[in-house]
This record gives sequence, structure tokens and C-alpha cells, in this order.
Amino acid sequence: MSRYKDLQKNLFGGTTSNARQFGMIFTLVAIVVLFQILTDGLTLRSDNLIALFQQNSYILILAIGMLMVIVAGHIDLSVGSVAAFTGILVAKAMFEWSLPWPLAILFGLAIGAAIGAWQGFWVAYIGVPAFIVTLAGMLLFRGGNQFIGNANTIPVPEGFRVIGSGFLPEVGPNTGYNNLTLLLGLAACVAVVWREFQARKTRHAMDADPAPMWISVLRMAVMVGVIVFVTLRFASGRVGTSFPVSGIILVALMLAYSFYTRNTAGGRHIYAVGGNSRAAELSGVKLKRVNFFVMMNMSTLAALAGMIFVARSAASGPQDGNGWELDAIAAVFIGGAAVSGGIGTISGSIVGGLVMAVLNNGLQLLGVGTDRVQIIKGLVLLLAVALDVYNKSQGRFSIIGSLTRNFRRDPPGSSPSPAASTADREPATTAPS
Amino acid sequence: MSDVPILLEMRGITKEFPGVKALSDVNLVVRTGEIHAICGENGAGKSTLMKVLSGVYPYGSYQGEIRYQGAETRFSDIRASEQAGIVIIHQELALIPNMSITENIFLGNEPRRRGAIDWKGANRMALDLMARVGLQEDPDTLVKDIGVGKQQLVEIAKAFAKDVKLLILDEPTAALNEADSQHLLDLLRGFRSRGITSIMISHKLNEIEAIADQITILRDGRTVETLDVKADGVDEDRIVRGMVGRELSSRFPDHTPNIGEVFFEVRDWNVRHPISAERQVCKNESFVVRRGEIVGFAGLMGAGRTELAMSVFGRSYGVYESGTIIKDGKEIVLKSVADAIAHGLAYVSEDRKAIGLNLLDDIKASTVAAKLSKISRHGVLDEVAEYKAAEGYRRELRTKAPTVDESVSKLSGGNQQKVVLAKWMFTDPDLLILDEPTRGIDVGAKYEIYAIIQRLADQGKGVVVISSELPELIGLCDRIYTVFEGAITGEIARKDADPETLMKQMTSTKRMQTA
Repeated sequence: MSRYKDLQKNLFGGTTSNARQFGMIFTLVAIVVLFQILTDGLTLRSDNLIALFQQNSYILILAIGMLMVIVAGHIDLSVGSVAAFTGILVAKAMFEWSLPWPLAILFGLAIGAAIGAWQGFWVAYIGVPAFIVTLAGMLLFRGGNQFIGNANTIPVPEGFRVIGSGFLPEVGPNTGYNNLTLLLGLAACVAVVWREFQARKTRHAMDADPAPMWISVLRMAVMVGVIVFVTLRFASGRVGTSFPVSGIILVALMLAYSFYTRNTAGGRHIYAVGGNSRAAELSGVKLKRVNFFVMMNMSTLAALAGMIFVARSAASGPQDGNGWELDAIAAVFIGGAAVSGGIGTISGSIVGGLVMAVLNNGLQLLGVGTDRVQIIKGLVLLLAVALDVYNKSQGRFSIIGSLTRNFRRDPPGSSPSPAASTADREPATTAPS
Repeated sequence: MSDVPILLEMRGITKEFPGVKALSDVNLVVRTGEIHAICGENGAGKSTLMKVLSGVYPYGSYQGEIRYQGAETRFSDIRASEQAGIVIIHQELALIPNMSITENIFLGNEPRRRGAIDWKGANRMALDLMARVGLQEDPDTLVKDIGVGKQQLVEIAKAFAKDVKLLILDEPTAALNEADSQHLLDLLRGFRSRGITSIMISHKLNEIEAIADQITILRDGRTVETLDVKADGVDEDRIVRGMVGRELSSRFPDHTPNIGEVFFEVRDWNVRHPISAERQVCKNESFVVRRGEIVGFAGLMGAGRTELAMSVFGRSYGVYESGTIIKDGKEIVLKSVADAIAHGLAYVSEDRKAIGLNLLDDIKASTVAAKLSKISRHGVLDEVAEYKAAEGYRRELRTKAPTVDESVSKLSGGNQQKVVLAKWMFTDPDLLILDEPTRGIDVGAKYEIYAIIQRLADQGKGVVVISSELPELIGLCDRIYTVFEGAITGEIARKDADPETLMKQMTSTKRMQTA
């Protein structure tokens, strides 16, 4: 095999998780580079990168929960309203009842969990479709927000604002950079290298030939390069700014939930329920418990996202979280999840969310108005998924397919889309009879 | 028959997928007005060939030539082939359950008058078409309210509405009972006398022997031979020899059972229908299973065998009313599938694709799906252990797949069944309940499945086999219960089991016991 083919196989055709990760980052980098050129270097400036992260961390947190909901075969339309409802309650608790802010955060998470339990109950135990339950929740909790807040804006105290607008503090010697951010970047580099070798070891234990060493090295070099670049950008911003606290929360959640969905029995059950709920049930999966959990988890994350937003904007208002559900859902689908459930990854959804975020940010930097930004975002969502569906039906390489959990090199003609993966049924579904 | 004009000729058809040659240089000659059977093991390329013929794989995606009615044809899609009068009826019927018979017959082909659908005319034509296929129903009946056999007839009527010249049936009798199958075969004979040509794919060799004029046998994507049933004096053994390329001396592996003590017992089992509570689907049923024993359950479709099995398996069907389960001398209560698995029960369902497997999964994930705890610590999965388990079963059961990373949706029926068996063997069960374990599986793979079942029994496990094929039960089981309308009507020892005795007990409430 030639080196070129080796590279192609390992970038796009490999079955190791690292190959998929690499493919994803590749896609995102292309978009960033495009805007970097179009905006004459504004996109990758420290202050812009920091703002980008702060402005989108809550949407990306929602995307994590939404991914799990969608993989399980449901949808959650209520996240924006739940975020707003939690935000106003938490703000009120601190403002009127002087609840200390750390307790207020726990209070907010508890509200989210309670709302999630409410919605999960209807979905899992009564069997009302999640679309309906959360559509009702969307109205319910938006109304709740305005009822409790009297449609007013309530400010939040300084300490609370850290989770939305705080940064890593300046400690240690004066290096000209934010030292903690540098440490974080270093840790990420070590993790990347460790993971690559871990993956090679696993491949070896599974009697499969690991990718050639030079590919592993190249992959690590690129990843480390990106991390070093991003780290230096974050660390070299205006004094007092660095890697945002909300970004740290996001990264921690992303790592934890990635691990949960990929490497634990509980995560596997979510995919099983979305792939074939009856088969999952007959394999001993507790269907109701899984459905309840994903709905509850989503609302809890929505509560967290709501609090981060309130903290960033220093006050809770009646219009908080408007339209968030759509941004989160779009991120998940651009990230390669299947509408019918059973397919999708956390990292894919994060990349999907970042693609939208960079697009949004880049267009704004170019001075494009919000009206046109919306039009463009809508078209990008449609085209990204349409291109993927089309490529899959033609049996060609699918970019989004490479972002999904069950990636394989499919022979052409089989399984035109994840929804119709029963190859035998294919003629029946395409027959115009 | 060589004087009869050739309707269809496929010459040198080769179809490749990346890494797999599904068809190589396949030839098929079908003459007007004959019934032409295509036989072959699963994965031999029968379905691929039919997809090439019907334009699912359009012209240009394969090599070779298709001549139809004397001219070369190049179908771009399935619509083009239908316009030429070639209609495929798939094993999984393409009907809309919530539409009426008429609506289904004319779906996509609606008769119009001045732009609007002419329902009156449609109903009239539907009645005419239904008469041709021998279907007596109100054309306004919803398709979900008629049985599978009649649904099959609706599909054929739908084909006639399109002015079919070449009817292709993929496993038409797989889901039908004896009487419906017979009716369908008679119907095909009637079509033949009216000059309609049929191609039939089937695993039921007795039916093929009874009805086909010509048989083309495929093996590993190549044409092995075309036989003239009458002239060559073809019988089942002859077809099997062509399909597997060797003599199958026996359809069942030799086996000396080593039967131990009774270890599993169900007593006075009563279950009601999940929706209509007045219907009792299990009536006071009791049965026992011994270690090392293969126990059969015979019954007609709808007798309640699957319902019995699933209700025992953690109440996964119906509403439990009363009854006890005793295992190893102790009463156990199984309120969920998880309970049942924990107590060493396994249930291999009759419908692999709908409820047996998650078709999005690969072989690895499917193998371990019913007992993730075995490859995980504190809920964290061990990828390497998962791989090793799946790979072990792949070798042991000789599942045909390049690696265990292969998606189960790409496997043939027999290999999918092996994955399902592996999935349940992985749970270390004491009692395996196998519901129609060889449905839709070819002869060679059946033999392998039988051998696996016997091996499991020899390990001291109890095996329950539910099957609609009496020869299979008689050939495989040490003891057979008969079920009729939700009640066990007989218990027959292997030495006394013959199709007549079983059939009598399967249709009567009088209890008989020989074991």
C-alpha cells in the first residue's frame, strides 16, 4: 500500500476512534482557516477566541445533553425555557432571599433535575412522545419564567458571575502568558500522546494492525500543534483574561460524557434503546429507566447552561434562552447524529456546535447582519445533512459518517441512510409502487 | 421446453462491492410462462441478482447484459423495470397497514378521473384483481386487519394492477402457514396456465420441487447449473447437492442425548393478552425441561407458543395472571428480562431483525449486548474483553464475516442468527428458548445451527425449540409438547413423534401423553 493510501485509510477509513477524531478536527479546521482568511486574521485573535468560547459554551453544554436525547430516539424542545426558568429562580434566590452563590448553583441544578424528572416521567412511564412533553414544557417554563420574574430583569451577584464570565487567575512567575492556561494546554498535549499509545495498545490486543507509526506520529503532531496554538492564543490575551471558566466546565463535561457514552454500560444502553428499543428490552435493558435518565439529564444540563448564561449577562431576563433548543439540535445533527436515533457522538456534536459558532462569529466579524446570518445558518444545516444523506445513498465517503459512532467503510448500495439500515428493505422503501 | 420463447436472459452478470464480488458471471434464462426457481444458500447472490434485474442496482453499476422480450434493456431504477412489467414481491411486504386493500393495490398507481382519484372505479377494479388472486375480503378492509397470507395476496394483486409480465417472489411462503402456502402455490400454477412467468426464490425445497419447471442454482455468486425439473428428475436431495456442492448425508447431525434431571419447571401458567384483557393466551400450561434435553414446542401459527415463551422470559409479553416457575428445586420470580437473564434464561426471538438485534450495531457490540456486566468493571466497558468474547464466538460458530467490526445488518440470515445465538450463549444460560431458530436460513446453515443446539444440550443446558417445521422438531428434539389455542395438548416422546400424531395434537384439545 502506498503512503498516500495509508494516509487516506487512516484519516477517513480507519476504525480506530482516533482516526475519527482526526477527521472531525480536520473539518472544523478547514472552516476556521476559511474565516481566518476572509476576516484578515480577526477570527483567531485572542479576544475573539475567548469571546467565541464564552458566547457558545452554554449551547455546547446543551448539545451534550441533546445528543443523548436524540440518540435515545427523542427530542427536547424545552431546553431554552428550562434554562430561563432556572435562571430566574436562581437569580431571585440570591437577590431576594440572599442565598449564597455556591448554594444557589446547587439549587439551580436541583431545579433542573426536578424539571427533568417531571418530563422524564411523562416520556418514560406514561409514554407521551418527548416532542409533545417538551413542547408543553417549552410553553410551561417560559411562562413560568415570566410569571416568577414578572417579566423583569433580576441582577446576580459578583461571585456567581464567575461561572459565566470568569477566567483562570494569574498565578506563578510572570511569563507573559497566563500560567494556568499553559498548564492546561500541557496536560492536554500529554493526554493526546497518552491516548494515541493507549489506542495502539488496544488495537494490538485486538489482533488488528495498528496504523503505521508515522501516521500516529503525524496525527499526534497535528493535534499537539493545534492544542499549542490554541493554548498560546488563550494564554496571551489581554491581562486578566485567559481560558474562560465556562470553557473549563464545558471541557470537563465533554470529557465525562464522552467517556460515559462510549465506555460504560449505561452509555451503551442509550444507543441500544435508540437503535432498536424492543431488542434492547429483550436484552435486559431497562427501557423506562434509560428514557427517564436522558430526559432528566438534559434538563439538568439545561439548568446549568441557563445559570452560565445568567452569570455571563449578569442578570436573568424574560427572553433568556430563546431559540436555544434549535441551536442545540442543529449542532447535534450537523455532528452526524441520526434523526431516527441510535447514532451520534458527543465529540461530533461539539464539533457541529463549533462549526455553527465559528460561522456565526465569522459572519458577524464580516459585518453580515443577523437576518442574513440566520439564513446562512439554516442553509448550512440543511446542506450539511443533505450532502451527507446524498453521499451515503451514493455509497461515497460521507464526512458526517466519519463523525458518527458506527463508522465503517460501507459498500455502495447498502444502507442508504441510518434510518433504513436494513439492507433487505431497501428496495421496498425505494419502490415507487 | 426449448421451443418456448425466451422472456428474459441475463448474461455474464458481475456485480462487485468494494472487497466483495457478490455476483460473478451469472447467467439466467427464463422462458415465457414457466415457474423458474432460484436456489442457493444465503449469501449465494440470489437477492443481488434480483436487484440487478429490477433496476435497484441500475444499469452501469454491474457488468453483463440483460435481454428482456428479445431486446437489451438498461433499467435505470425500479420504476423502469415495473413499467416493463417486472414486479418483485419482497419477503417483507411493502404494504401500508393503515390503508385499505384498495388503497394499497393502487398505491402510486391510482386510477384518476379528471385529476381526482376515482375510488368507485378503483374499488371495482380491486374486486376484479382480488378475484384473480382468490382473495375474498371487503376491499375497504384495512390491511393490518387481515392475516399475513392475505396480505401476500394483496401484494400480488398490486402487481397485477401494474400489468405484470414477470412476477418475482422472494421467499413468498416464509411467513405463511401450510394452508396459505398451498393456496399461494396453486395460484402460481394458475398464473402459469395463463402464461404469466414467475421467478421464485425459496428455501422450502419441497415447494420448489412441487411447483418449479426450471431451477437455477447459485453458489458463492456463480451459476452452478440450471435443472429441468421434469426432464432431469430433480428431487430435494439433488437441489441440496447443487446448493452446498456436496452430499448432505443427513439434514440433522448425529446426536446421542445425555439427559439428566428435571431442573426447570413451569406450573399452571396463566397469561392474559396485553390489550384485550378478556383473552387468555396461556391457559394453565405446565411443562418441564431436563438438563441436556432438547424440548420441542409444536403448534400452528397463533397457538400461543411465542406468547408462552416470552411471558416466561421475564414477563416480556402479556399480563401475568398466575403460575410458578421452579428452577433447580426453588421457586423463582422473574418480573423483568433482567431477572430472567440473571436466573440463567435466554430467549432467542423468532424475528431477528425486528426484535433480536440492533441492526446499527457491529458483531462485537451485538455479542455482548445482553450481558455487558461480563465485560465491564464498575460499569466501565473493557474494549479488549469485548473483542475477545466476540471473536471467540465468531470462530466457534463459524460466523462468516471478515471481522467482528462488521455491521450485523450486512450479514446473511444464517450468520445473523449465529450472532444472536452468540449473544445469548454469552449470558451463560442454563435454559435457552429458541423461537423458530432456523426461519429464513438455508440448508447448510441450518445444519450448523442444529449442531450448535446439540452442543449446548451436551453441555448440560436445557434447550427449548419452538418451530413450525415438524420435520425439524422430530429430527432435533428429544421430547415434543403440542400447543393448541394457548393450552398444552400433548407431550410426545421422540420415538413416538411423527407428523401425523403431532398434527393431530396440534389441532385438538384432547390431551395425549407418551413421555
